[in-house]
Amino acid sequence: MTVMNMVEALNSALKNEMQSDKTVLVLGEDVGVDGGVFRVTNNLLKQFGPERVFDTPLAESGIVGTSIGLSVNGFKPVAEIQFDGFVHPAFDQLISHASRIRNRSRGRFSCPLVVRSPYGGGIKALEHHSEAMETVYVHTPGLKVVIPSSPYNAKGLLISAIRDPDPVIFLEPKKVYRAIKEEVPEKSYTIPLGKANIVQEGSDLTIISFGSMIKTCKEALEQINYSIELIDLQTLYPLDTETIINSVQKTGRCVIVHEAPKTAGIGAEIIARINEKALLSLEAPVERVTGFDTIIPLGKREDDYLPNIKRIKKAVEKVMNF
Amino acid sequence: MQKTIAKFEVSYLQILDETGKIDSNLMPKLSNDDIKKLYELMVITRIADDKALKLQRQGRIGTYAESKGQEASQVGSAYALKKEDFVFPSFRELGMFVTRNFPLEQYYQYFGWDERGNKIPENQNIFPIAIPVGTQTIHAVGFALGIKLKKEKKTVITYFGDGATSEGDFHEAMNFAGVFQLPLVFLCQNNQYAISVPRSLQSHSETLAQKAIAYGFDGIQVDGNDIFAVYKATSEALEKARQGKGPTLIECLTYRMGNHTTADDASRYRTEKEVKEWQKKDPIDRLKKYMQAKKLWSESYEKEITKKAEELVNKAVEKAESLGIPPVEDMFKYMFKEMPPELKEQLEELKNE
Ligand SMILES: Cc1ncc(C[n+]2csc(CCOP(=O)(O)OP(=O)(O)O)c2C)c(N)n1
Repeated sequence: MTVMNMVEALNSALKNEMQSDKTVLVLGEDVGVDGGVFRVTNNLLKQFGPERVFDTPLAESGIVGTSIGLSVNGFKPVAEIQFDGFVHPAFDQLISHASRIRNRSRGRFSCPLVVRSPYGGGIKALEHHSEAMETVYVHTPGLKVVIPSSPYNAKGLLISAIRDPDPVIFLEPKKVYRAIKEEVPEKSYTIPLGKANIVQEGSDLTIISFGSMIKTCKEALEQINYSIELIDLQTLYPLDTETIINSVQKTGRCVIVHEAPKTAGIGAEIIARINEKALLSLEAPVERVTGFDTIIPLGKREDDYLPNIKRIKKAVEKVMNF
Repeated sequence: MQKTIAKFEVSYLQILDETGKIDSNLMPKLSNDDIKKLYELMVITRIADDKALKLQRQGRIGTYAESKGQEASQVGSAYALKKEDFVFPSFRELGMFVTRNFPLEQYYQYFGWDERGNKIPENQNIFPIAIPVGTQTIHAVGFALGIKLKKEKKTVITYFGDGATSEGDFHEAMNFAGVFQLPLVFLCQNNQYAISVPRSLQSHSETLAQKAIAYGFDGIQVDGNDIFAVYKATSEALEKARQGKGPTLIECLTYRMGNHTTADDASRYRTEKEVKEWQKKDPIDRLKKYMQAKKLWSESYEKEITKKAEELVNKAVEKAESLGIPPVEDMFKYMFKEMPPELKEQLEELKNE
């Protein structure tokens, strides 16, 4: 075991997979010599050479489109998109093709590719560097969507994503890239996609969250005197309905926390599933603590946008005192 | 049968060489006052850029994209514009902003995490800074098409880097501009790098200028550290545009002397030796040498304009830092003309926290 931050854990996952599977390739802007702008691909070029780790021209549609072609031809590309807001030029390739090729070809072809990208706010970055767009991918049939919350689950989830037979969007909460350090095995291990993690068990209320918000929720829990069950979704599609429903049936109360805009955020889908499968267990309406239906502001106002301890506590009180 | 049906050439323009000598046959019409003005604008740009770097290091502004080394490309091209011409910039255009007399405090305000800095004053024809690489080029196309449809005499210029020429949007913009024969200048600042990726890996083309050929219009490569060449090429391209003769691509060969941004460490991917080589081609030094020979430059002149520039910059920083935090309503206010009920409710929630 070594103590790693999320950047190092992701780097370690890539190394493990590239070592054990010669078809795994890493491509994107600045992933080679520079090691990625956040250094997730640091030293991979040195270790695996330019045929397996390469910088592409500055073109996201090109990166994802090329990854599709590579994956159809037997490779496992792990494409890096430099920031959240820059996946957008590649939308057509993701939504019209990567997500559909298995279906379109009736199973003759498939796209086992991973698109990695830093995700979410909290580092006071420039415009387009802080978005939380996960719902757009969740809403695209044919894409799996993974968002880790810690170094440990980041590594296990990334290895599973690379081994997955279908396209996976892997969003890395940049706010906690270096903010959390924990023991992470050097050797390979997996955490299954589609499974949530119960971070902490409890009986009064369920908090459901993911990504960097898990850290914020944990901090809020230190100031909350109820018995809270904290669920880290880890994968947003497919969603682990079973874990959610079991927990809500036990606690009867639920708060959902995500930084993406409120309207049609993943919280809405979770509430719908609770509604379908556990409505009668509820003691109170489910609350959402989310970003607003606005553009995430630049640094001076960013903290007003992102869910914080105060808002989480307030929502918990509201649900407990319904 | 097989025969050559088309042949193309790409020209390169340099007027002011590294030693400060000019090719007088090519020299554009510029008065001594113009030349001094160009020099002063470059000096202001460099001082303002250096200030931004310092502010970032002190945590007073956020991630900042340096312009050092690219002053001639930015100032020379912007100086050729008329007031009514419209600019579609990216994020490394300080010299253009300085030349257009944009309130410098807003530049610091914008890079200091405050959206209000990107609100261009009503009387200035500049579109807000576009961060997604290359995307602004196609907006410039639409704006230029509007000018053509309205039969106006204005022109449009769009700024972007060498990396941007790889994006699909850039190619769509070039093609549209050619097809519609638009009054538009594509100004590429080829500063040799897109973050860590060198120009040679960005495109297998020998020049970026030649990309215009494929779209049916002129492309020219200029020494981007030679302010006379940049000014001349841009003036001619703008004049051509004004006469309805279509777009031009100008590739300014220059060099990003600093890091990509304050978040970058250029020593990871380029050598000190390379940087030193480019230092010899510095755009400001070069013009200074020329002015010295023409007796347009003296120590006291340098001192005076430097002092003026520093005062201007310091005042701008002071102003920027006095502007405080934007009101929380601003987050909601500019989403739509009329605030929808959802947003009103969310704003109330936030205010009541
Ligand atoms: C669509 C998009 N992809 C990636 C980025 C991240 N990024 C910011 S600047 C940059 C390099 C740009 O290079 P170039 O166009 O040569 O301009 P320069 O920064 O050198 O002025 C990259 C990759 C971005 N801003 N937009």
